[in-house]
Amino acid sequence: MLSFGIEVLNQGLAYGVLAIAVTLTYKILDFPDLSVDGSFPLGSVIAAVVLLKWGNIPLALFLSFIGGLGAGLLTGFLHVKLKISNLLSGILVMTGLYSINLMIANNRSNLPIFNVKTMFTVGSWVENLPQDLQVWVIRFYPSIVLLLVIIVLKLVMDWFLETKLGFLLRITGDNPQLVIALGEDIGKTKILGLMLSNGIAAFSGAIAMQMFRFYDISLGSGIVVVGLASVVLGTSVLGFMKSWKITTLVVLGSILYRLSISVALALKLPPSNLKLITAIIFVLALVLNNKELRPKLLKGRDKHA
Amino acid sequence: MLRLSNIEKRFYVGTPHENQLYQDLNIHIKDGEFITVIGSNGSGKSTFFNIIAGTLQPDQGSILFKGHDIAHQPEHLRSRHIARVYQDPLKGTAPSLTILENLSMAYNKGKKFNLSRGVDQALIEHFKQELKALNLGLEEKLNNRVGTLSGGQRQALSLLMATLVQPELLLLDEHTAALDPKTSELIIDLTQRLVREKEITTVMVTHNLKQALDVGDRLIMFHKGQIVLDLSGEEKHKLSVMDLIAKFNALNLMNELNDSLILG
Ligand SMILES: Nc1ncnc2c1ncn2[C@@H]1O[C@H](COP(=O)(O)OP(=O)(O)OP(=O)(O)O)[C@@H](O)[C@H]1O
Ligand SMILES: [Mg+2]
Repeated sequence: MLSFGIEVLNQGLAYGVLAIAVTLTYKILDFPDLSVDGSFPLGSVIAAVVLLKWGNIPLALFLSFIGGLGAGLLTGFLHVKLKISNLLSGILVMTGLYSINLMIANNRSNLPIFNVKTMFTVGSWVENLPQDLQVWVIRFYPSIVLLLVIIVLKLVMDWFLETKLGFLLRITGDNPQLVIALGEDIGKTKILGLMLSNGIAAFSGAIAMQMFRFYDISLGSGIVVVGLASVVLGTSVLGFMKSWKITTLVVLGSILYRLSISVALALKLPPSNLKLITAIIFVLALVLNNKELRPKLLKGRDKHA
Repeated sequence: MLRLSNIEKRFYVGTPHENQLYQDLNIHIKDGEFITVIGSNGSGKSTFFNIIAGTLQPDQGSILFKGHDIAHQPEHLRSRHIARVYQDPLKGTAPSLTILENLSMAYNKGKKFNLSRGVDQALIEHFKQELKALNLGLEEKLNNRVGTLSGGQRQALSLLMATLVQPELLLLDEHTAALDPKTSELIIDLTQRLVREKEITTVMVTHNLKQALDVGDRLIMFHKGQIVLDLSGEEKHKLSVMDLIAKFNALNLMNELNDSLILG
């Protein structure tokens, strides 16, 4: 039971990073960005290759973030400069990244990294601890690392969204006309938001890959929906917590999502049904979130729900 | 301060729907003027604003703003000097941001949007004073999201935001048309006060003929992309609503005559 809980928590946190990335585009910029399906595995493959070649963990994380920035820049360029629709720009970048990801991995579609140190490898300092403590530290170490990462990321995002630039991104999704009225180039703002979002998505890919100790090109397929499901779950199920920041809500949403998936699997639903389950969870969360539908669904029950 | 010369504008060029709105539009807006603009639907009032603000490009002609040709300047750069309030109260504010956040952003117009804090606490008192002058009690609601305000409150806030950093030219496009008569009057009073206090050159489109006569010091009437009436000072002062209606009717009669000539 405990290890089930730890696994749900770890995956929820690792994909919580993705949820924050997706929040930035879908919720804040109001830009349905599908390129995340390519930038997430891009982050994974960059991290895998760097770890295999140089074993440098910070470099692996840093370069995957940079790679993601590039992917976002491309999506933004297609949309803003070449006037391609937002959905299509994302699809094009996602499609192109598939080949690029293959190229980075030297035409291999998967890379195991079982024998290298990752951000989740406990250092040798643990051996100095008493035996019974050691067991616990090793067991919880990944969760602690992930918690630290997500807390720092959340705080940085919260801070960023309260800066003038952050406000500008929020206004971009809220009322694009106002961005222009404020004398700012809305195209630039969109590109910046897309870069940031894809950078974080790639970072999330790098983290997830280290958790699985395995890169696979299919890591990213449908990952947008996973991220979105977390966002929608977090903001609908926990949305009543009005004073909580959206970054908190979506990370919790990500954990909730992992929990639902894990429960579904524990109920012996075949893993091949996973995507279908995701879609169903997604629809349920959307319906719960829909102001017009909700009263009908909850008719006769507590009106304040 | 603003001179439009020989403006031509066609829509749907090269299609069967091609529609030439302006053939040779000329107008000179002088510093400090408050112009009201009337004209029937589709006569080219909003397009006039779109061309000044850079939302639309003219096919021909020049736009001189304070002596500089701005015809090729992008819209967002022009809006640092040319502010605009639309008919739709939703267009001038960001609904998911609070009043305080909206005002802070409007205050930053023309400056850098960098990583400094979005809300500068030191300005709160200043914003409260500005809001108090609106007489809507908004100074008590600084931390409310703008999306929760009424249309009239949002429009008052839009007006304040558009003028918070002194614009050189203010374009008001039927900015009271979506409001109930009482609120509409309130917004007009507010407009006149803000424009007078801050001495902003203003152009206001309205369908309310009485308003067009009562407000401002120059009146322009558009008809089918042409300026058919342009009166200021004493001439405008003497004008009555009946005169304007007579003018509208005469123009419409002429249209019918023209149409029947063409068809006949
Ligand atoms: N972006 C555009 N594309 C095509 N046609 C346009 C465009 N903008 C304006 N027009 C046309 O130009 C004409 C004038 O439109 P405009 O919006 O300037 O009228 P208006 O005087 O503001 O009318 P209203 O009183 O209804 O607001 C109309 O025939 C309209 O169809
Ligand atoms: Mg109009």
